[in-house]
Amino acid sequence: MQMLKLQGLEAGYDESMVIRNIELQVKDRQVVCIMGRNGVGKTTLLKTIMGIISPRKGKVLFMEEDITKKRPSQRAQQGIGYVPQGREIFPKLSVYENLLIGLEAGKEKKVKEEVYAYFPILKEFRKRNGGDLSGGQQQQLAIARALVSNPSFLLLDEPTEGIQPNIVEQIQEVIKDVKHTLHTSMILVEQDLEFVKSVADYVYVIDHGSIVYENSVDQINDDEVYHYLSV
Amino acid sequence: MSELMLTLFNGASLGSILLLIALGLAITFGLMNVINMAHGELIMIGAYVTYVMQNLFISYLPSQYFDFYFILAIPVALLVAAGFGMIMEFSLIRFLYKRPLDSLLATWGVGLMLQQLARSIFGAPNVGVKSPSFLNGGLEVGTLLLPYSRLFILGLSITCLIGIYYYFYRTASGRRVRAVMQNRQMAECLGVSTRKVDLLTFAIGSGFAGVAGCAITLLGAIGPALGTSYIIDAFMVVVVGGVGALFGAVAGAFGIGFFNTAFEYLTNASIGKVLIFLLIIAFLQWRPSGLVTSRSRSLD
Ligand SMILES: Nc1ncnc2c1ncn2[C@@H]1O[C@H](COP(=O)(O)OP(=O)(O)OP(=O)(O)O)[C@@H](O)[C@H]1O
Ligand SMILES: [Mg+2]
Repeated sequence: MQMLKLQGLEAGYDESMVIRNIELQVKDRQVVCIMGRNGVGKTTLLKTIMGIISPRKGKVLFMEEDITKKRPSQRAQQGIGYVPQGREIFPKLSVYENLLIGLEAGKEKKVKEEVYAYFPILKEFRKRNGGDLSGGQQQQLAIARALVSNPSFLLLDEPTEGIQPNIVEQIQEVIKDVKHTLHTSMILVEQDLEFVKSVADYVYVIDHGSIVYENSVDQINDDEVYHYLSV
Repeated sequence: MSELMLTLFNGASLGSILLLIALGLAITFGLMNVINMAHGELIMIGAYVTYVMQNLFISYLPSQYFDFYFILAIPVALLVAAGFGMIMEFSLIRFLYKRPLDSLLATWGVGLMLQQLARSIFGAPNVGVKSPSFLNGGLEVGTLLLPYSRLFILGLSITCLIGIYYYFYRTASGRRVRAVMQNRQMAECLGVSTRKVDLLTFAIGSGFAGVAGCAITLLGAIGPALGTSYIIDAFMVVVVGGVGALFGAVAGAFGIGFFNTAFEYLTNASIGKVLIFLLIIAFLQWRPSGLVTSRSRSLD
């Protein structure tokens, strides 16, 4: 089954067009990675999928339904979870309250124990303000907040950016576990090709707002990818 | 000694009145950053609701039940004013969240319309609302007589404050409001309908203006232009307390209340008023963002 399909997507900010003619698809249970240099439009693409930016042209299809005109909250209710670049934790809400807001998108009433099992620190710090957590802890919270509502599709925007190595490892393990045991399909924006090869099924590389390379992960040509990633 | 006590009581009493008229504004202006010039008219609506309740009780119920009109008027005033707030938000405010100047002018216009509406329905002259008998008289403390009506307003403002605190910090709906005010876009992305939250928050702020209007009937006659005499005080309290800090409004209200009473005691009513304005201007020079500062996100 088709999870997500983007058709001729074109989007940007005010006058400037950032992404152009994007054709992309994610199948059920598939992890699709998006790579590309800084500023090529990866975050803009994810924001367009989430509905924060409305596209100038093209369509967003989610589970074969056209959701191009829907608000982000409706997309979240339909099962799209979002972990933004920069985490976007509610600073004056406690860790636990941040997770409760995550529950708004689903039918669940309680925070599942599995989520605490992924990130035990969140249980320990549940009464602290989200804004008082370290960057790595906030990233864990942002991922947990997206997971509590059992989304069928996840958007992860550079979840390991600027985080110390042992937490990066922990987050990578969680992403792999979400793929293999929860079978959640996702789009993952990621710069680390080694990790991409260990988790992705399919890879797209973006440059200047357009897809310049795509391949399934077992046929990927490292040199070509590195060519587009090098500055 | 008893004069000091009386001044303190009068200060607390004035503070509680100011708090009551500013609580709703602390939500709509403080939290949502909407400059609602019709806030005073929402107070006026609450006052007329109380007047109508009184008349209904006189016309339709035996006189021994008369006093209950006031108890019933409080929730009804809250609901009616909240309803007006909802209509305003839905038909006007929601288009103006990013345009403070436009919303200032538009809500000012709405205020004038509401005044005219009151004039057409109830007539231009002031009308009186008879206080319920249980609020006549006062509590004797030594040589002082503390009027029950003032004590009631003090109690009502504290009750409203506790209610608002409970709503924001203990309910799921209040949590959604706080999330939206802290990071609107992310709340929307997590499935919170920010449209509904905006509508509800504005309605709640408006509703508390209605409650204030109900309390104000205890202080004197009411008229269509009632709101204009309270709007400045309400904005003053919120600005002094700190925009975006709900509980700054408490400090602002009681601070202004005590200083105002003290100045009036030391000089006279009009010089006291001038002194309090000067004090507020000086204070805002010193602390432009008010007593309690908090980073509030505007509706962007
Ligand atoms: N809010 C905005 N308004 C205007 N232009 C923006 C805005 N956000 C991003 N841009 C521009 O759009 C382009 C793409 O930005 P985007 O954030 O999508 O890149 P990215 O691929 O996610 O980069 P990075 O790897 O650094 O996260 C950049 O040139 C950026 O300057
Ligand atoms: Mg980015």
